[in-house]
Order: sequence, then C-alpha cells, then structure tokens
Amino acid sequence: MKIHIVALGIVALASLAAVGAQAPATQAAPVGNAEAGKKLYESYGCYQCHGREAQGSSATGPRLGPKPIAFTAFSQYVRRPTGQMPPYTSKVVSDTEMADIYAFVQARPVPAQNVPLLREP
Amino acid sequence: MKNRRDFLKSAAVTGAAALVPGNAVSGPAEAGHYGEDAPRQAATPAQASAPIAPREVDPSDGGEIITIDRPGGDFMVDVIKTLDFEYVASNPGSSFRGIHESIVNYGNNKMPEFITCCHEESSVAMAHGYFKAEGKPMAVLCHGTVGLQHAAMAIYNAYCDRVPVYIMAGNSLDATLRRPGVEWSHSVQDAAAMVRDYIKWDDQPVSLPHFAESAIRAYKIALTPPMMPVLLVIDGGLQEDPIHAEITSRLRIPRLTRATPPQGDSGAVAEAARLLVNAQNPLIVADRAARTPAGVQRLIELAETLQAPVVDQGGRMNFPSRHPLNQSSAARQLVAEADVILGLELTDFWGTVSAVRDGLTRTSRSLVKPGTKLVSITALDLATKGNYQDFQRYPEVDVAMAADAEATLPALTEACKRLLTADRRTAFEARGKRLAETHGRALERARAEAAYAWDASPISTARMTMELWAQIKKEDWALVAESGIMSDWTSQLWNFEKHYQSLGGSGGAGVGYGAPAAVGAALANKKHGRLSVTIQGDGDFLYAPGVWWTAAHHRIPLLAVMHNNRAYHQEVMHLQRMANRHNRGISRAHVGTTIEDPNVDFAKIAQGMGVHAQGPITNPKDLAPAITRALEVVKRGEPSLIDVVTQPR
Repeated sequence: MKIHIVALGIVALASLAAVGAQAPATQAAPVGNAEAGKKLYESYGCYQCHGREAQGSSATGPRLGPKPIAFTAFSQYVRRPTGQMPPYTSKVVSDTEMADIYAFVQARPVPAQNVPLLREP
Repeated sequence: MKNRRDFLKSAAVTGAAALVPGNAVSGPAEAGHYGEDAPRQAATPAQASAPIAPREVDPSDGGEIITIDRPGGDFMVDVIKTLDFEYVASNPGSSFRGIHESIVNYGNNKMPEFITCCHEESSVAMAHGYFKAEGKPMAVLCHGTVGLQHAAMAIYNAYCDRVPVYIMAGNSLDATLRRPGVEWSHSVQDAAAMVRDYIKWDDQPVSLPHFAESAIRAYKIALTPPMMPVLLVIDGGLQEDPIHAEITSRLRIPRLTRATPPQGDSGAVAEAARLLVNAQNPLIVADRAARTPAGVQRLIELAETLQAPVVDQGGRMNFPSRHPLNQSSAARQLVAEADVILGLELTDFWGTVSAVRDGLTRTSRSLVKPGTKLVSITALDLATKGNYQDFQRYPEVDVAMAADAEATLPALTEACKRLLTADRRTAFEARGKRLAETHGRALERARAEAAYAWDASPISTARMTMELWAQIKKEDWALVAESGIMSDWTSQLWNFEKHYQSLGGSGGAGVGYGAPAAVGAALANKKHGRLSVTIQGDGDFLYAPGVWWTAAHHRIPLLAVMHNNRAYHQEVMHLQRMANRHNRGISRAHVGTTIEDPNVDFAKIAQGMGVHAQGPITNPKDLAPAITRALEVVKRGEPSLIDVVTQPR
C-alpha cells in the first residue's frame, strides 16, 4: 500500500487536475486530426505520464480525455507548465500538432458504467 | 591469533589426553525456549565445548591432525540457535564454509535452515521482506568481501526501511595462513568499513566467547528501535579450528534481554494531546508507525478518539484502507487545511508539509497554514548518521519526541481521552461524520477513474489490479511487495485490514528489492497459510532474477503478477524533462531507459528456473483465466508468475 503524497515522478500537466480534467471545452478548438494526434501523442511521449488512452495516473499526471479542458488553457499549459511537466515549446510541438493531440484526447471513449469488477467490495 | 597449524598440533595432544569414549558427532545443544525471541536464561553449549578428539593422523606427515570433531562453527551454531532464526539466506562462499557445514550437519539444517540464494543482494532483500512479514529477523551469510559488496545495495535499502537484518560475513584474518590467490582477494582488513555507514553496529570477534557475546549484542541492537541491519565478521579460522581446551570453560551464551522501545517523554505527550484535542483540523500522518499488528490497533484507537483523519504513507500497513477515517487520497488538501499535524515515524516530515518543483530553478513552498503546529514522534531522532542523506530536510516541528511511535501511542491516546469534554466530543462526532462521507466519495471517485482505459492494450494498471483483487479477496492474502509505480490502485481500491497485508517499499528506492523481498515475505507467510501476492516490476525483475530459482527450489508459494511497462519508466520521464528543458524534443528519451528490442520474455526466464509462468499477456480478457491457473499452482505450494504487458503507470 503506497501513497504518493509527494510525487516521486514527473507530474505532467499537474495543474490541469486542479482546473478539472472533466471540464468541457468552452472555446472552439482548431480542427485537429485525431488519427494524426494519436501518433503524435505517442511519439511526443504524452502517454508516459498520462497513459496511452489519456486515462491519467495519480502518480504522474491527470486524465486528459475524453473531455479535456479548453484548448487555449490546454495549449498554454503545454507550452509553459507551472507544475512538474516538461515544457513543450513550439520548437518541439507545432500549433498544428497541438491541435491534433487535442483532437485525440477529445476522441477518447467514455468508459462503460458499472464495470462489475469495480462495483464489488 | 594463534597459528592455526601449531594450534591443531597442540590441540591434538590436549584432545588425545582428554579423549572420551562415545564423543561422536551429535546434535547441538537444545536451545532454550525464548518468548518474544528472547532467551530468558543463559544457555550452555553442550557438545561444542567438549574436548577435542583427533580422529585421524596422517602417518606420512609425522602425526598431522586431519580431522576434528568439534570446530568452532559448532559453537557458533549453538549461539545462533538461541536467537531463534528460522532461516539463514546465503550464496555459498569459502570464507564461511566452516559455519555453513556446522549449520547443515551439526545443526541438522534446522533453526536455521539454509536458504540457497543466487546473489547476496537477494539474500539480504529476502531477509528484509521476511522481517516485515514475520516480525523477527532472518540471518544472512556472505563473503566479507565480494559477498558484502553484492549485498551492499540491499543492506542500504533495509537500513533506510529501518529493518533489522542479521548479517554474518566470512573473512580470513591471518594473512600467513591464507591460500594463495582467491582467498587473498576475498579477505579484508575491515570488512564492515564498506557498509558501516548504513548498518547500526558491527564487530569482528577474535574468539568464540567474543563471538557469543557479540552475537547476542548484535541481535539486541538490531531489534531496538530504530531497527537497522547489523554485521558480524567471522574469521574462517575461528569457524574451522577446533575449540581450544583453554577456552572451553569460558564458553557460554549470554542471556538476551530485548530492550523495550523508547516511549515519548510524559510532558511532550501531554502537550501533543492538548494540541490534538483542541485542534479544529488535526491530521495524523503515519509512515513506519505500526511495527506490529498492535500498532495498527493503537493508531485506530487514537484516530477514533479524536475522529481525526489519517494519511497512511504506506511505509508499513498502519491503518485500514476502508476505515472511514482513512483519508490518504486527500493528503495534500488535508495538510493544507490542518492546524495540527501529528507525524508518526515519518521518513520525511518536511516533504510531507512542503512542495518542491523540479524546474530549471528548483523552488519549494510550505503547504501548511501559518501557525499550524507540527508534532513528531520518531525513533529516528535517536540515531541519525551523517554520510548518506536519507534523513531528508530538517523539519521545523513544534514538538519532537525522540521515541518509538507505536510504543508512545497508548500514552498519547489516554492523554487525549483525559482532555475530552462534552463540547469536544460533539465536535469530533460531526467531524467523523464528515470524514466518513469524504472517504466514501473518494472510493467512488477512484472506481470511476479506474474504468478509463479498462479494455485498453497494453493493459491498464487499474484493470490488472482489480482482476487480481477479484480472485484473492476471499483468501487470507498478503501483498508482499509492489515494485514499479502503479497509480496507487491497490491502496485506493483494495481492502487492507491486517498488518501483514502490506509491507511497504524498499526504503532506499534501490531497484531490485521487489522480487527478493517478495520471496522472503512469502517464505514467512508459508507456514501461516497466507496467500502471498506481489506486483512485480520488469526492471526490478531483471536485477537478480535468480531469486525465482530460490523460490522454486525451496517451494515458496508466491503469485507474481508483472507490471511490465517495458521501461525504467521513471527514467523515461526524467529524460523527457531534461530534453524539453533543453528545448530538444523527446524523440531520444527512450535511449537508455526502455527495455525493448528485444522485449524480454519474462515467462520463459521464470520457466527456465522451474517457476510456473504465463505470458506475455496483452489482452485484458486473458487475465482472469491466467490468474485462476496461477492460483491453482500457488495453492499447491509453488511460485507462479504472470507476465502482463501494462500501461506505463
């Protein structure tokens, strides 16, 4: 039984958890390509902290999808994170790529309700 | 030290003169029965002190003695038998061949039984895990040089985790009697020097009476909080040579009396109670507080008296995970809201109440409100060393009790009860109700989060955790290790009730602890009939995988489910951080940090060591039947491993 009061790892997009990873996007996001975003999400290593399905981790980084925060806030945080996440400047991730990644996390499936194993004591 | 050849010749004369018929090889002195691992009476070795009886004389060498009946190792066995060791873990080595032989023949390989290990790091880490499951130490034998160097990392982990490991290291002190070559490179002037910074005490006895006294002393020191490893360096000659008649009368085994753990000063206890009872938002944080099952009950009693939230940092199983006052998942918020924080055996009080940002400029800030009172109870204040920096940053606390938390809790709880008034009881009841609701919501939130990526491949760590839980929860289970960070799913979703169900981590965060510690704890659990389960990291597995052979060889039942994310994942993220900090992108963060190309076939490795194994499993639907098959193997008394390819965290 291990509780990580102080994150041992890199808490990526950490402050997004406080903003609320489930908050709906209130600003129109640029149209992105979710398929391209999936590849970028992998190649830029977003999954290392946030999971391959953007499901997040209490140890490293919050869930990002399927209802991410507004694109502007998302983009601003990725460029200049205030927590432990490494900064992804425009030199590393272009604006178009950012939109594609955003489209990918938006497109993550909503989980099934009442998974039996999660309802048992 | 006497020249061994001369000594043998003189012993022959003495022994021949005192030869007694029927002085054949027989069993050891029966050790006394000792409650709480503690001998109450000094024991007298039976056969070990008998006169030396030369068995054969080589006629071609003018009477050289070539066999003896009573080597010093036999007396050493008499001594360690009084310490109630069940096992001695060891990779064999010539520097301790004398006592090795005495253990398996003179001691009949019982109490202790020799556990064959493939690496000294495994020996010590097995003893580490064993202690936390059993509550008493396991002995370890190793070379004083190469063995101790192999063991060093595991010793450091045990030191940081405040676990007593009883290490005996062989050495060859008399330079004029060493065999040429290897025995020289395996000898050392001061063996303990290489680990002295992270053990509690050591000695290198020069006689058998000295060994007896130091052996008992070492045990007492190791088990007095703060508990830590101890080391006895034992000379090969002392083990192998016959017991000199001159010292026979001096051979005795001192009585062991365990030291009672130190309790907090009564004035400090009273002040802590006053602060806690009067606090609006008290918080109890526990790390290695519960040394024994009684520690869990004592913490429950304090928490329920105060109706105060408890954050279990998990160094030990301190507090039941489903208790409504368990608020571990809200730790940071509770720290920020608290007006009094009681820290029980915290590794890092400063880190508990502070936030550090690992940016280009490292910054830190306090998480607590101005005026929040901090109360610390830790035995670590009694023994802090200087070189290794595991003591963390200096915490500015208001009450610091240099005492054992578990031993102090009853007095603290009673002091709190004496201060209770009707008004405070009413306030506590309201607080308890509010916390129970918070606890329930946290559990529901964790279950909701676990549903994300439920059907993903690689398999989500939440799915793996719950597939395992579904099949063990009705057993007498114990999670003996959890190597690899896995988003805290077990602590959030499993129902931890008993002290042995969670044993905490490595202590020093030295990778390689998980597998051997799990095997050691499973060895302890075997006689209790507990189902031992471990979540096994891939990187950890690869450090000293020979421990799986040890598990198979000694028929140690253990279910290992792998969290195989095919990387040293923490380091992947560190590389990402460095690369992006330097504005270079993370495309090469996998270099030196991942375990791919080729993917390791862990099941095949385990099978090659005689362990039942399955995988790699990538489809989550294949998990449940694999766990069912593995449990059948474990229930018949053998280890089984399932390689599961998982999400990173």
